[in-house]
Amino acid sequence: MKLALLCSRIRVEEKLLIAELDRRGVAYDRIDDGELALRFDRRNFDYDTVFERSISFGRTLYTLQTLESWGVRCVNAANVVATCGDKALTHIALERAGVPLPKTALAFTPESALAAIEELGYPAVIKPVVGSWGRMVARVNDRDAAEAVLEDRATLGSWQQQIFYIQELIRKPGRDIRAFVVGDEPICAIYRTSDHWITNTARGGKASNCPVSGAVGEIALQAAKAVGGGILAVDLVEDHDGRLLVIEVNHTMEFRNSIDTTGVNIPGRMVDFVIENSELRIENFQSDSTSVVPAPASSPSALEATA
Amino acid sequence: MSTTATAPAHQTVLCTECGGNVRVPSDVMVGEILACPDCGAELEVQTVTPTLTVELAPEVQEDWGE
Repeated sequence: MKLALLCSRIRVEEKLLIAELDRRGVAYDRIDDGELALRFDRRNFDYDTVFERSISFGRTLYTLQTLESWGVRCVNAANVVATCGDKALTHIALERAGVPLPKTALAFTPESALAAIEELGYPAVIKPVVGSWGRMVARVNDRDAAEAVLEDRATLGSWQQQIFYIQELIRKPGRDIRAFVVGDEPICAIYRTSDHWITNTARGGKASNCPVSGAVGEIALQAAKAVGGGILAVDLVEDHDGRLLVIEVNHTMEFRNSIDTTGVNIPGRMVDFVIENSELRIENFQSDSTSVVPAPASSPSALEATA
Repeated sequence: MSTTATAPAHQTVLCTECGGNVRVPSDVMVGEILACPDCGAELEVQTVTPTLTVELAPEVQEDWGE
């Protein structure tokens, strides 16, 4: 049995995962998606399981769909990546499962998008269906701003940027929540606090431990299952009534500074899941995913680094 | 256009943009990104052995993320 670790850039996260693979004695090869040339006539991929960690949604999506059609087990699965990589498809899956969500509209022209925004009310948020790290997410406070953003997207954007995914702005209490789900378990969560309305840690949000018991864990697990399950990071916000709403689900989650913050060995849990859900069997393998990290930080001072 | 630079030692590598010294971690891997402290350029490690080489990393693409 052979494992491939599908990567492009090597982030801190990939180095941590490689260390956990090495620590468990797992035989694997690192596959650079930039070097792949998949031959449909020869099925030139000599691995049984792929652990996807590519930074590119497009490369990951097509690679996993191809490999699954060849019988390769993929973690996460191709359909999970396809859903999570597109905010509109994620929304559809979450809504179907009854996951609490912000009021949202989907429109395809600047005119219909503007009408939807006016109906939702200002401020509203316009998001690209594909993208991450808070890029291209625009808060519009009035009609002038909405018209400007929509005009820019219609004129300069790719066809995907002209799929207008529009949400009500949730008046969150200066923070949102990221919950990490591995398989059937919400393993930990962090608050991401920022003075800016975008609280992504990639945009400077600060991380602190968030108890994952109770509603946070329950809703995160519900969301993870709704998109197909696996190794997932669920982003949630609290509205002014304290209700939890799911914003998105990430399929190639970043977690570098959530380890010390939560006290949970996130990469260890991820690698354990890959091993347990593939046909890989490591001699003398023992899950040790609850070990080796310090106690959770008690203050929101741990800075989640830009990724 | 990207160029390559050769590390004088495995502790630092020369920035391909400004020639500054960029520190290299001891566990450096191919594909890792190193940031130049002088000019802020992101450099992608191309080879580690026999010589450590870097190139200017590609710009962030629309579909990149988590």
